[in-house]
Amino acid sequence: MDVGEVTRFAQDLDGVVIARDYKFMCSDPGQELIKQDIKELGLNRVVVASCSPTMHEATFRRACQETGINPYLFEMANIREHCSWVTEDKKEATEKAKALVSAAVRRVYYHEPLETREVPINPNTLVVGGGIAGIQAALKIADSEHKVYLVEQSPSIGGHMAQLDKTFPTLDCSACILTPKMTLVGSHPYIELLTYSEVEEVSGYIGNFKVKIRKKARYVDEDRCTGCGLCITKCPWKVDSEFDAGLGKRKAIYTPFPQAVPNIPVIDTEHCAYFLKGTCRACEKVCEAEAIDFEQQDKIVEVEVGSIIVATGFQVFDPTPIYQYGYGRLDNVITSLEFERLVNSAGPTDGEIVLKDGSHPESIAIIHCVGSRDEKYHEYCSRVCCMHSMKFAHLIKEHAEADVYEFYIDIRSFGKGYEEFYNRILSEGTIFIRGRPAEVTNIAETPEEAGKLIVQFEDTLAGLQRRLPVDMVILSCALEAQADAEKTARLFNISRSADGFFLEKHPKLDPVATMTDGIFIAGCCQGPKDIPDTVAQASAAAAEVLAMISKGRVEIEAATAIIDERICTGCQACLLVCPYSAIDFDEEKKVCRVNEALCKGCGACVSGCPSDAINLKHYTNEQIVAEMEGALV
Amino acid sequence: MKYYTYFPGCSAEATAIGLGLSVQAIAKPLDMELIELEDWTCCGSTPYGSLDELESICVAARNLALAEKTGLDLVTPCSSCFITLYQADIKLKDHPQLMLQINEALAVANLEYHGNLRVRHLTEVLVNDITPEVITTKVKRPLNGLKVAPYYGCQLVRPDYGFDNPEFPQSLDRLVECLGAEAVPFPLKNRCCGGSLIIPEEDLALGLLRKLLDNALENGAQCIVTPCPLCQTNLDAYQSRVNSKFKTHYHLPVLFITQLIGLALGIDPESLGLNTNLVSPSEVLDYIYNYINYITTH
Repeated sequence: MDVGEVTRFAQDLDGVVIARDYKFMCSDPGQELIKQDIKELGLNRVVVASCSPTMHEATFRRACQETGINPYLFEMANIREHCSWVTEDKKEATEKAKALVSAAVRRVYYHEPLETREVPINPNTLVVGGGIAGIQAALKIADSEHKVYLVEQSPSIGGHMAQLDKTFPTLDCSACILTPKMTLVGSHPYIELLTYSEVEEVSGYIGNFKVKIRKKARYVDEDRCTGCGLCITKCPWKVDSEFDAGLGKRKAIYTPFPQAVPNIPVIDTEHCAYFLKGTCRACEKVCEAEAIDFEQQDKIVEVEVGSIIVATGFQVFDPTPIYQYGYGRLDNVITSLEFERLVNSAGPTDGEIVLKDGSHPESIAIIHCVGSRDEKYHEYCSRVCCMHSMKFAHLIKEHAEADVYEFYIDIRSFGKGYEEFYNRILSEGTIFIRGRPAEVTNIAETPEEAGKLIVQFEDTLAGLQRRLPVDMVILSCALEAQADAEKTARLFNISRSADGFFLEKHPKLDPVATMTDGIFIAGCCQGPKDIPDTVAQASAAAAEVLAMISKGRVEIEAATAIIDERICTGCQACLLVCPYSAIDFDEEKKVCRVNEALCKGCGACVSGCPSDAINLKHYTNEQIVAEMEGALV
Repeated sequence: MKYYTYFPGCSAEATAIGLGLSVQAIAKPLDMELIELEDWTCCGSTPYGSLDELESICVAARNLALAEKTGLDLVTPCSSCFITLYQADIKLKDHPQLMLQINEALAVANLEYHGNLRVRHLTEVLVNDITPEVITTKVKRPLNGLKVAPYYGCQLVRPDYGFDNPEFPQSLDRLVECLGAEAVPFPLKNRCCGGSLIIPEEDLALGLLRKLLDNALENGAQCIVTPCPLCQTNLDAYQSRVNSKFKTHYHLPVLFITQLIGLALGIDPESLGLNTNLVSPSEVLDYIYNYINYITTH
């Protein structure tokens, strides 16, 4: 656009004392220019026409305040995102910019000085999700001697990391590096651990959230249970173990895995004979501590916290819909998570890699990007699959001496030490084939293929269609948002991006905050990531929380609603539409009143009031009408 | 009654007369009025496009322009006609410049295409408009227990028309099952039958046909059903060649899905053109007329 022309136009508008064109208004010299004009020309209103107020409104408000003008006497016209970036024609853009500037100038005339308010921060924190992200964040905060409530929906903390065998690229034992942290959480004086629990309701606002948590009945008294495990040994009912990805068995009374924190079993009422048929009670008979309590009920725990970290993690993509890969249909086609349990020395086969019939595979194909980088399922790259697939190749060579074929699209080994790990796997004799397989079939075409799984693929480097008979196929499945992510998002009033994961406030500069102040996200619930990134993000979220706690108070929006008690008829329509429960009814005077500490300035009550008795500060009718007139004239 | 403009295509009147006859026979009982497109010509045919795309789209567009005037959806039972007409339609709608060019050619015949037409395959119409749930209610002779391998071929669901899963299609399975028959698992249900390669590369095509026959039989099928005239011709007419080349003894009837629906609706086999099938479907008919009858009355 022609900025000079816009400046000349602005100079001639009513009330404008001085209009200036400066290239970097947000820079120190730019701000200095504003301050100088305010002082020398005695200005009492400032309009800046530049980028979005999300970027720099705070900067210019501060400049005004430092010169003695109330920051709310400033207005910003967005002529970048709303104008120059989206308008191709220069003339049109110039005209639109003029309209936006004129609107801002007319609006700012009606601005009134407002005072921002501060509210104290409750120093307690809620962390939702007990995977590595939640554990890390909880420990960081608790170590600074601030109370943390850690809520986990399953019977033990640990999350997916507890299920993994080794971690790439260092090949550390995953459980060995995780369990010390789990134990710390379990015994930390500043952490109140609520496992087998779910958040049911969140109300309040930054610094002052009220949270209702449902603590599901374990049917085991946590105070009495000594964790001896005798009940588990004696329970006669076997069920597929979720922790072992369905490959192993657990009992109807169980802890998910031996190092579970807390080490207190849970009765699975869907499989317990007592709950199904009314008989058995074997666990009760053997429990010397008399901890089994079949009458236990769910409990609702209410806590008050100042900030919340959501770290609810991911789920593994179910490859059943990809019919051509045969998962669920062909034996020995398994997912990456199933392989983690298969190769784990504490897993159902004690780490022996076996086929369904108990024999050992001589050749294994690993298919990358199953459900990732695929428009039909998830367009994104899941970031960890290349690396864990290569880790599998190494573990297979260690455990089974089988040939390993990696079917990849691109190898993405981007992290520290990752490319070196790739080179190491190459040198160990793993065969890498570039090409996404078309199908995995058991229909043999030659005698050599009989009884095998045949991978049909295009080798895109050789330019050939080929078939490869193998004994086992591992599908490196995508990481996807939890099935109940929508519900969780609604519960905490946070947004999701198109891929289903929770949305951060800014993808680059505010990666752990959300659009709801006081609520932070960390780990794979924000997007697929590896353990180092998850831990870094969780620590970042903890730092954000600690910064709030150490300041002790938070500034809240001055643009709140105000009810004119002379006009209010007491119909209470506003009370119904207010999403923040910020309006009370004064029984004595029969009028409604806004609690400014709770009001977020959304304006729902303003449009909902039938007698036009409510006004929103900084968005008054005069201001908005003036703004529209300015844009239209 | 639902009304459609009907485009039979050349096969349904010649090599796949069984398809043409059975479509006509089941239309009325299923409350479909198929009004044949007046003065229709070749759809443009699948191979033509690889020789001269513009000309082939032009041939297709003539039919599209004629059909557009009727104001009804254009329905064809032939997978090749469908893919040719559908893709010509999509290309014209996506490329205004091409539309101008084609309309210039059509103007010679006083025709113009505006892109206000929906090109549909009969199978999709049966599944989405008529619906398996309604077809079930019209069945007079349930095909209880008949094991059927539903064969989609490559053109019905690929590349991806949004109507069925290209890798694991279900529409034919649903049609088969709404007749009381059993759709057996058929992993090769959307694999290539050899197509036109049966002429220049017969050995290659026979190998592909053998895989299909083998896979259907392995899963216990008593017959194969397909909507595609080329698939049916290859599987039916070349079954004896497969047998002599590979020393096999396949005898697997290959019916059009419309023929199977017709049988369940109680229409006599001759009206459905079943006498034109080369691999005799007599065992299937026996099963339907005698065995099912026997077990339901005893």
